[in-house]
Amino acid sequence: MRVTVRLFARLRELAGASELERTVDGPATIGSVWADLVNSFPALAPYSRTISAARNLEYARPDAPVEEGDEIAFLPPVSGGSTNAPSGEDPV
Amino acid sequence: MALPRLAVTQAVLDPQALAASVSSASSTPVGAVATFVGLVRAENMGRRVQYLEYEAYEPLAVRAFARIETELAERYPHLVIGVHHRTGRLAVGEASVAIAVASAHRADAFVACRYAIERLKQIAPIWKHEYFDEGEVWIEGATADPDDEAAKSEAWRRTCA
Repeated sequence: MRVTVRLFARLRELAGASELERTVDGPATIGSVWADLVNSFPALAPYSRTISAARNLEYARPDAPVEEGDEIAFLPPVSGGSTNAPSGEDPV
Repeated sequence: MALPRLAVTQAVLDPQALAASVSSASSTPVGAVATFVGLVRAENMGRRVQYLEYEAYEPLAVRAFARIETELAERYPHLVIGVHHRTGRLAVGEASVAIAVASAHRADAFVACRYAIERLKQIAPIWKHEYFDEGEVWIEGATADPDDEAAKSEAWRRTCA
């Protein structure tokens, strides 16, 4: 099946594209789409544990199923600042 | 053309216009408008900032703003909120985000405005690419799970409400 993958910030830079049309074997999940992407772009591998994902504009977990025509976005993590840090350290 | 009250834009932000729009959108009498404007700071974590580039997953960011609006409405049904976040290249001193809240009384407006910026930092898919004197780094994006109640509670805690 075909899905559209959206990448942002550092992930976009590492893959060299902000949007990719990918053909993946079904049945697919968010996690399998990511794994397939990492195969094509090994530089993304370090982000496997820290990304979050959205499917058709809804946050989705790695085991969420993916269907033909979905837009899957992978969102890179916070790399500075923390929601737990005292507000004085927040890099706003 | 005026921006929607919840928007991501490449245009220069106009906090006063946003404040006017939330005030005029209120169906109940407004006695206070609180605004927050986030600026590009010249220094970050010891680095001298040259400029920033903001990148957003725009439709999801606008949904995140709408979610914040809904969360606020659960406590303050009559508030009107506007959130504008800028993307693209911003110079030091420029506004990256503007939030305006109209309410009957100042206390609710202040609390809601603070909640909105704390929550935005948690759940809005917006990333910041910092260019400083010696290099560049991606320093910000929000990946808190919107359904994470602990994060939501932390945002409320920071409002001191």
